[in-house]
Amino acid sequence: MTAPAELFKAAAPRPRGGIVQSVADSLVMARRNLIRMTRIPEMIIFGLIQPIMFVVLFTYVFGGSIQVGGSTSAQAYREFLMAGIFAQTVTFATAGAGAGIADDMHRGLIDRFRSLPMSRGAVLTGRTLADLVQTALTLVVLAAVALLVGWRTHEHLGKVLLGFVLLLLLGYAFSWIGALIGLSVRTPEAATSGGLIWLFPLTFISNAFVDANQMPTVLRHIAEWNPFSATVQACRELFGNLPPGFQASDAWPMQNPVLASVLWSVLILVIFRTLAVRKYRSASG
Amino acid sequence: MPGAIYAEGLIKTFGEVKALDGVDLDVPEGTVLGLLGPNGAGKTTTVRVLTTLLRPDSGKAVVAGIDVLTHPNEVRRSIGLSGQFAAVDEYLTGRENLQMVGQLYQLTARDAKARAARLLERFNLADAADRPAKTYSGGMRRRLDLAAALVVSPPVMFMDEPTTGLDPRNRQQLWEVIQELVRGGTTLLLTTQYLEEADRLADTICVVDHGKVIARGTADQLKDHTGGERVEVVVHQPDQIAPAREVLAGLGKGEVSVDRHTRKLTVPVAGGAKLLAEVIRELDSRDVEIDDIGLRRPTLDDVFISLTGHAADQPAQETAETAETADTAETAEIAPARQEEGRAGRASRKEGVK
Repeated sequence: MTAPAELFKAAAPRPRGGIVQSVADSLVMARRNLIRMTRIPEMIIFGLIQPIMFVVLFTYVFGGSIQVGGSTSAQAYREFLMAGIFAQTVTFATAGAGAGIADDMHRGLIDRFRSLPMSRGAVLTGRTLADLVQTALTLVVLAAVALLVGWRTHEHLGKVLLGFVLLLLLGYAFSWIGALIGLSVRTPEAATSGGLIWLFPLTFISNAFVDANQMPTVLRHIAEWNPFSATVQACRELFGNLPPGFQASDAWPMQNPVLASVLWSVLILVIFRTLAVRKYRSASG
Repeated sequence: MPGAIYAEGLIKTFGEVKALDGVDLDVPEGTVLGLLGPNGAGKTTTVRVLTTLLRPDSGKAVVAGIDVLTHPNEVRRSIGLSGQFAAVDEYLTGRENLQMVGQLYQLTARDAKARAARLLERFNLADAADRPAKTYSGGMRRRLDLAAALVVSPPVMFMDEPTTGLDPRNRQQLWEVIQELVRGGTTLLLTTQYLEEADRLADTICVVDHGKVIARGTADQLKDHTGGERVEVVVHQPDQIAPAREVLAGLGKGEVSVDRHTRKLTVPVAGGAKLLAEVIRELDSRDVEIDDIGLRRPTLDDVFISLTGHAADQPAQETAETAETADTAETAEIAPARQEEGRAGRASRKEGVK
């Protein structure tokens, strides 16, 4: 039996602060979330099934009947499609961040973290960083499946990798929207559904699955300025997946998709990170 | 000189509900304050304000000499919180949970590891240390949660209903740990619904209701306030009420109250179990047949009824406690469970959490 005085003798916390502490705390939290992922492998598997299904369904069901550019060839659509599915996959990861944070709130863990002398943004940053790792792994698997069904890139590796970096940046920015939703709802279930519903119009009123040029005017304008479309368009350019004879619209984001993609993602990141951290400070479980 | 925990005029309103209506507290260093009250009285809200989780609308709060409202982060270095729910990550092992909390208290990874190992051992979790916490029993989770609050041995601790939902054995174990902690000089604020818990652990008790402190004092002072212990007798036949009444009037130290419908007689007494034995002998000698007899100690409800007089909003309370001593494990479990049942009806005033 331990002597009381010895057991309860204070182990003094190091006085730290600022950016060093923020980074350290965020890494501790990211580690926690990554350990969780390895203990719940079903989450990763379910996260993979949906995009793989989309790859297969769109390729074999719609391929050949959807016209992109001037072509109705199945191969042209297959290549056109993949950037859209990759981008949709990274944005769907937002629901996971939201559900995880709502779950922490529900179980009183957020209260514990908020009572600790830790950086105010670390709980959320840790979660979003862990999600980023998971998203990257998902993309690797998805790209392999895409290659199996006939997807090919036609640019050098540097450009292709840049395309994936843009996808991850978009996914990271969106996970902060998920974090905000997770802090705002009462149950993890609500965070999951609330984190998903808005993603359907966002990803469908875009150039992800069809050529936006063929949409009715109003939808076309929305699609062209949709942050999501900019990343999809940028990836198609960087992968060399634009079908022959494809005319990008005159809208600025479609003419400068790489820059537009970066700007949109950074803007979303800054806005929603600020809102989410502010919400966290006053969160009550 | 204010104590280690000091609050003055705390007010917090959630919409229409005044969760805190001017709470004042002053807990001297190294002592234990028990905050006693029913659900929704404002206990948890008070703890949330003092642990920097919630900003009050107005009032002043100082913990470990630091102003909670202006320097929350400095306060966080000096406190440990064990909330109403075992706030541990179910998918992490016990060890991983404690190491994580240690690192977030800004210990080095090595210190956090060493600290975790010691706490796991002390809290009898060493065997389960490397299993995910979701495989733990309720009592084990509670212990892990408490260990997490003690990672840096903070000088000021807050425990919000630490033993709610625990079985008697686990409750007993947790009490021992808390007592050890207090002997080490920690200042503790503890909320509870159980008078017995406050009785055993707290130096001073504050009774809260409707967001206000309605009484303070030691456990004995509060019990005296409610009139102390009573003997309760249920006789077998209605015509035995009269002789039983005579016996009780002779041995008790106050007025005998009689419920003819249930054939129950109650009288305040002094003298405890010895007197109870005398009552039984005396009734026996007069051939009064008894269905039930017991020494009834004041419960939290009694304290409440006598302090606030608002028993009216509660369902009538059946009391089946018999002549047990208050510290048997069984009493600890049964009596509070009954109190909770009785109080379900008054849960309409929700505290602003959950």
